[in-house]
Amino acid sequence: MNGPQDSLFDVEEMEISFGPQHPATHGVLRVQMKLDGEKIMEAKPIIGYLHRGTEKLFETMDFPACIPHTDRMDYVAAATNNQGFCVTMEKLLGITIPPRAAYIRMILAEMQRLASHLVWLATHAVDIGAITPFFYTFRERDAILDLFEEYCGARLTLNTMKIGGVPFELPDGWVDRCSALVDGFGAHIDEYENLLTENRIWKKRTVGVGVVSAEDAVEWGLTGPPLRGSGVKWDIRKVFPYDRYDEIDFEIPIGTKGDTYDRYLVRIEEMRQSVRIIRQCLDRLPDGPYMAKVSKVLRAKEGMVYGSVEAPKGELGYFIVTTEKATAPYRCHVRPPSFINLQMLPAMVEGHLVADLMAVIGTLDIVLGEIDR
Amino acid sequence: MSDDKPTTPPEPTPPPEEEKAPETAGEASEPSAPKTELSEEEKAAKIAAAKARAAEKAQAKEDAPPKEPWEEKAVPPEPEDAADDPDAVAVKGEMSGVVLSADRFAGDVTLTVPADRIVEVCQFLKRDCDYKFLVDLTAVDWPEREEGRFDVIYWLHRYDDSKRLRLRAVVAEDIPIASVTGVWKVADWMEREAYDLFGIIFEGHPGLERILTWEGFNGHPLRKDFPVEGIDTGAAIYPDVYPPGGGPPPEDALEEEGGAE
Repeated sequence: MNGPQDSLFDVEEMEISFGPQHPATHGVLRVQMKLDGEKIMEAKPIIGYLHRGTEKLFETMDFPACIPHTDRMDYVAAATNNQGFCVTMEKLLGITIPPRAAYIRMILAEMQRLASHLVWLATHAVDIGAITPFFYTFRERDAILDLFEEYCGARLTLNTMKIGGVPFELPDGWVDRCSALVDGFGAHIDEYENLLTENRIWKKRTVGVGVVSAEDAVEWGLTGPPLRGSGVKWDIRKVFPYDRYDEIDFEIPIGTKGDTYDRYLVRIEEMRQSVRIIRQCLDRLPDGPYMAKVSKVLRAKEGMVYGSVEAPKGELGYFIVTTEKATAPYRCHVRPPSFINLQMLPAMVEGHLVADLMAVIGTLDIVLGEIDR
Repeated sequence: MSDDKPTTPPEPTPPPEEEKAPETAGEASEPSAPKTELSEEEKAAKIAAAKARAAEKAQAKEDAPPKEPWEEKAVPPEPEDAADDPDAVAVKGEMSGVVLSADRFAGDVTLTVPADRIVEVCQFLKRDCDYKFLVDLTAVDWPEREEGRFDVIYWLHRYDDSKRLRLRAVVAEDIPIASVTGVWKVADWMEREAYDLFGIIFEGHPGLERILTWEGFNGHPLRKDFPVEGIDTGAAIYPDVYPPGGGPPPEDALEEEGGAE
């Protein structure tokens, strides 16, 4: 393989560092690679450039004060981060939230999933050379962020859920505006698909790149679209339904070959399913309170509890340990989906070309804020 | 809004307390000290009225629809014994003395196992109980505890019936625990993280390096004795140049640096 007859040029292993300041790394990821020409022999992701000690900070503040810090982990999907923390705290404190709160949460979480997938699609496409989808997807993402802004005043770091429910009632006319957005969304997804799905260049860059078998996906602990792209039908919303997902009718899309193209199709179909979920939630939105009756100062008993939600990137879990009568977590560990999924990167890119590294990083849909915490 | 003066004359508000006071006094039989000198009959009547009101209230409570769970005070889950859990029984049956305790809290089962047999238990659970997916691996620091400072927590998942199981191993400071990277590949970065943030050494790990902080960082941030505000990182990176605890480097070190340039 390394013999001189294989190449006209000297076969010399070259070591280069990709990132941390590179637009295609989606943040501050650094990949140290050993190359043979353009072929990747070995890749080693180096992370930690965005480490802020969030888990340490959690230990110093009371339970509700932790929620804004969860926003800053996966900063393109703040609502699902809030949801994960609140669901876990409710499990720990034994709180049941009112149905209206659960439905509002599901609407927000699915809109967040749409927004996150739109960012993924835009950046993934730009990374491998298709710039047009960016303008289309950010148009719709902006409409979603406008609705978020109207609801809670923020566009990215939403802080939009509370332990026991949601902080606000929906503003007047919000449901109608959300309905209008959702009804038109299917046509927008068709637009993106027109640009990419049967596009010859897109297929050449994605089909057969970064193939993961179902066994490998399980062994490496992948969750979310990377796992489903490999054909494993598994979704926290179905397996451990939180809020009121058990009342909603939706499908889990799966891929067959486990390559980048399959993961693209899975995410596109997930967006359609999210639209379906929001539609059902809006139609069935129950009346009633939007907050459960919780005491002003939350005190936990001694215990350890793990709760998880299906974030846009995979299973987002919170592991919270408390002591008797504590008002703050003794230890709060976050299981970020991107962190676990990124671990698979070296196995996925070895033997591929350098250009495929961008495709694989894009298809894993990582957010460094969540990986480094 | 420019007209600050109120155009309407202030209405003379009657002092309510003064008017009410004689009224209530008039209701009572005698104007002087009405409450102390109630006759027995009046007392009985008052008691009867109060009882009737209470009964009315109770009736209203009964008639009202039952309270929804979110309207009532939340009841936190209680820890239970989980020795009857099928996985706990299976592990006990395979290896004696391995399950030190089995608890259930909020629906999750935790098995406490000895740290020196963790790989054996994990292998058994993966092979025979089908726990193919290691969801999470982390640690908790209890600096005051006598039997060992750290809890290492393994959180396993089985796809067939979507069951999850938690393993807990207690390790003392500076005592290594065997790595489970040979059982699940995914444990690699998780163990590196626990090593980085807690200083737990995983024996047999293929490359136990720091992952979130940098090589040469001094200390383990998630230990309880590590200050929240952090430590002087100059001292952490160049411990031979900067004195521990911060402050400017000694003069000779600066001179050496200057000379090197």
